[in-house]
Amino acid sequence: MAEVLRPEMLDISNDTSSLASPELLHVLAVDDSIVDRKFIERLLRVSSCKVTVVDSATRALQYLGLDGDNSSVGFQDLKINLIMTDYSMPGMTGYELLKKIKESSAFREIPVVIMSSENILPRIDRCLEEGAEDFLLKPVKLADVKRLRDSLMKAEERVFKNIMHKRELEANDIYSQLKRAKI
Amino acid sequence: MDTLVAQLQRQFRDYTISLYHQLFWYVKGFLDDQFTELKKLQDECSPDFVAEVVSLFFEDCEKLIGNMARALDQTGNVDFSLVGSSVHQLKGSSSSVGAKRVKGLCVTFKECCDSQNFEGCVRCLQQVDIEYKSLKAKLQDLFNLEQQIVQAGGRIPQVDI
Repeated sequence: MAEVLRPEMLDISNDTSSLASPELLHVLAVDDSIVDRKFIERLLRVSSCKVTVVDSATRALQYLGLDGDNSSVGFQDLKINLIMTDYSMPGMTGYELLKKIKESSAFREIPVVIMSSENILPRIDRCLEEGAEDFLLKPVKLADVKRLRDSLMKAEERVFKNIMHKRELEANDIYSQLKRAKI
Repeated sequence: MDTLVAQLQRQFRDYTISLYHQLFWYVKGFLDDQFTELKKLQDECSPDFVAEVVSLFFEDCEKLIGNMARALDQTGNVDFSLVGSSVHQLKGSSSSVGAKRVKGLCVTFKECCDSQNFEGCVRCLQQVDIEYKSLKAKLQDLFNLEQQIVQAGGRIPQVDI
C-alpha cells in the first residue's frame, strides 16, 4: 500500500495572508512635510513596520495604481496593510485621498488613518464618517503606532487563523477520502 | 577626582536641562517633550536620527522664512493667506521636533496673518528668524558635547527632564 499523505505533511502555503510577511505590517505614509515624513518613517520602522513614504496624495494614488494610469506595481503584489495620511496637504487633502481609497474596490478594505496637527471636532467626525480607521493628533506618538499595530495584527491573525482552519479541514477531508480509497 | 568624561557628562546634563526648563519667568524653554520623543527613536541602528531630523527642520525653517519674507515684500499687495500657510507649515514641523519657542511664535504669527496685521507679521518674522538660528546654535553645542563625551570614551547620559 502506498504511503498515505497525512494532513500535516501537505504543503499549506500561507500566501492567503495579506500581511507583507508574517510579522511585518507594510504601511504607506503620506505627508507633504519633509520633517514629518522623516519622523513618521522612523516611528514606523522602530515599531517593526515596513514603510513606504510619499510626499503627496497624488503620489500615493500613483503608488497604489489608482491614478487611472495603469503603470507601476500591479496591486496583487502590493501588500499594503495600513495607510497613514496627513490631513492638510496642498492639492489633494488627506480627506480626499481617504474618499478615493474607500471608493476603490481593490483598496477599500485597507485601514486609513488620518493625522492632523489640529484638533477640530467636525473634521474628525467627517473623516470617521468617511471610513477612517482612526484620527491621530500630531505629533504622533510611539504609543499611538503600537496601539494601531496591535489592533491590526489581531485582526490579521483572526483572518489568517480562519483561513488556516479552513485549509486544515479541507486537508483532513482529502486524507479521509484517500484512506477510504486505500491508495 | 573628577575625570574628563564625568565633567563633560555633567556639562551635558546641565545644558540639556537648561534647554528644556524655564530659568527665569520670562525665559521659556527652547525644547519640549517632543524632543525627548525624538531621542527615544534613536539607537545603534539609527545613531544620527535626531541630528538628521533637526537638520531637516532648520532647512525647512530657512525655506519657509524665505517664502514668508517674499510674500511680505509685495508692498501694498501682501497675500496674508500665503504667509499664513507657510506659518502653518512651520508650526507643524516645529511641533514635530519639539522646538517650543519657534512653535509658540508661530501661534502669534498666525494671529497676525489672520488679522492682516502687516507690522505684526514683520515683527514675528524677525523673531522667528532669530529664534530658529538660536536653537540651531544651541543644538550644535549639545551635539558637540555628545561627540566630546564619546571621544573621551564615555557614554552619553540619559537626562530625565
